[in-house]
Amino acid sequence: MKKMQKFISLALAVVMTAGLLAGCGSTSAGTSAATTSGASASGSTFKIGGIGPLTGTAAVYGTAVKNAAQIAVDEVNAAGGINGSQVELKFEDDELDAEKSVNAYNTLKDWGMQMLVGSVTSACSIAVSEKTKADSMFQITPSGSAADCVKYDNVFRVCFSDPNQGVASADYIADNKVATKVAVIYDSSDVYSSGIYQKFDAEAKTKNLSIVSAEAFTGDSKTDFSAQLQKAKDAGADLVFLPIYYTEASIILTQANSMGYAPKFFGCDGLDGILAMKNFDTKLAEGVMLLTPFAADATDELTQKFVAAYKKAYTDTPNQFAADAYDAIYAIKAAAEAGKVTPSMKTSEMCTAMEKAMTTITLTGLTGTITWTADGEPSKTPKAVEIKDGAYVSMK
Amino acid sequence: MVSFITNLINGISLGSIYAIIAIGYTMVYGISKMLNFAHGDIIMVGAFVAFIIISGLNLPAALGIIAAVIVCTALGIAIEKIAYKPLRHAASPLAVLITAIGVSYFLENAALLLFGSDPKIFTSVVPFTNVTIGPFLIPGTTLISILVSLVLVILLQFFINKTKPGQAMLACAQDRDAASLMGISVNNTITLTFAIGSALAAIAGVLLCSAYPSLSPYTGAMPGIKAFVAAVFGGIGSVPGAMIGGILLGVIEILGRTYISSQLSDAIVFAVLIVVLLVKPTGLLGKNIQEKV
Repeated sequence: MKKMQKFISLALAVVMTAGLLAGCGSTSAGTSAATTSGASASGSTFKIGGIGPLTGTAAVYGTAVKNAAQIAVDEVNAAGGINGSQVELKFEDDELDAEKSVNAYNTLKDWGMQMLVGSVTSACSIAVSEKTKADSMFQITPSGSAADCVKYDNVFRVCFSDPNQGVASADYIADNKVATKVAVIYDSSDVYSSGIYQKFDAEAKTKNLSIVSAEAFTGDSKTDFSAQLQKAKDAGADLVFLPIYYTEASIILTQANSMGYAPKFFGCDGLDGILAMKNFDTKLAEGVMLLTPFAADATDELTQKFVAAYKKAYTDTPNQFAADAYDAIYAIKAAAEAGKVTPSMKTSEMCTAMEKAMTTITLTGLTGTITWTADGEPSKTPKAVEIKDGAYVSMK
Repeated sequence: MVSFITNLINGISLGSIYAIIAIGYTMVYGISKMLNFAHGDIIMVGAFVAFIIISGLNLPAALGIIAAVIVCTALGIAIEKIAYKPLRHAASPLAVLITAIGVSYFLENAALLLFGSDPKIFTSVVPFTNVTIGPFLIPGTTLISILVSLVLVILLQFFINKTKPGQAMLACAQDRDAASLMGISVNNTITLTFAIGSALAAIAGVLLCSAYPSLSPYTGAMPGIKAFVAAVFGGIGSVPGAMIGGILLGVIEILGRTYISSQLSDAIVFAVLIVVLLVKPTGLLGKNIQEKV
């Protein structure tokens, strides 16, 4: 018998070690690609560089940023440029790799880049910000959401930071009186989800929202949510906040439906994409609200014009990354005009002027009306959308 | 009280799925004395086969289940022949255990390559959804899972104890050398065990994904490990023990998640395993066989 006991304990040890190892691993593949816009290089044009993943697993994000930035630059140039000077955009691939992102930065600097839009992803953006800080170059990341992305004065961002989504969600629910008793189901093994939850929890307290149950799950057990839902139901929650990705949310919606529990569901940008899931009964998502910076089917003129231009140029519907990039270019334009920046200035002078000007501008962009604080964070009213008849409909 | 019973029902729902996986696990272990860590991934393959037939080709659910059983049986036999049989006489039992982990990763990564990492939504094969009794709601998949695992336990007990191939299995489990001297083909018997175990995995896969409709290459991994715990809990090698262990484990997991901590639910499950092994090393229904020196 001893033998079997030993055997089983050995077996368990092996499984657990294997589980640990399975968590490791990295992805990096593909080839690098670079593109240039048609404009010619000279001292009288602004040279804006862009960095993002154009190949590899996050290619969707980088491509969207590159495409939308190009649309914005073309529009700006057609309307007379920035302070009378044309704008040139050159975009480099970083394959979602921080080291390659720095290489891309060096390549762009050799080209004569004066301002940077990027990097698209958080880790790459943080790596590049070390270089822009040392070189005093103005940097604006469209979508680097980690807190550390904007730790230097010369770096700004367009998207909400992860924690700010939590604050914005709590504010929206409280200010619009969507609900008073809130339950939260979050992924404690994911930094995005738990980051939002912590800020949501803190903000809810100051807004007198009562969180009646806050239940976690982990990446290892994300198929059964009956206990979490039952607790939310027993606690009488009329809204369940889901700061998670759409895959788990779709299971939660299915299970809530089968147990006959129908509260209001509210999520962040991670829920964006739930309607595109194959085989998912979109009726279950009816009435789900989510906070997202951009909805491609919003009816305002700016969005419609952008979506039409994007579809025409790239036969694809733009996502929120595209919208962030579009706003980034217009933020540069607004700040450069406010700070009276010209292409003949030195890069560091330009950076100082831009830093000052960024805090003074108000940009009406695709992702809302935005102002910036000196620490690089955008301040904008979050847009909430509600799912109605299987489509995202903007709320007021 | 109402909510306690509802939680109990949720626990039994989850447990009934563990039970059905654990039956396959424990049966393969009981006969071949080897832990088939790829069992969870065979479940995933079965679910994918059913998914392709039902959702991809729009054929009836019954056809999907049959196809899943056939494919998994063939896969189980192939894995046994290619990966496990050559190592059966290896010096250390670890060799075949490590190979099983290798097979598990091979299946996961092959599925990742074929189907991608984005989760698919599985259409339930259970024809009715819920049964309501008073204030309680019992999911249809739970009833079916419990029914199926009960039927499987009875059939397997009958097969092992009353039929010739079943007796051959028992003989192999007790003493392989003696069994082969008695004219039993040990290789064929173990292959048969893997065939049956994998067919059970296919059924488990379809039921797992009917109850929790998200299907990805990693779908089988965690339920597989939990079912292994359930099998050890119930007494590894004992088919009724696996069923009882599975259901108890599901109930413990849900009650722990509800009344102790939702973050610690997995920790509680594995803590239970440790306690059981300390107090009763053979599990609830495990036989305490003295080893002869």
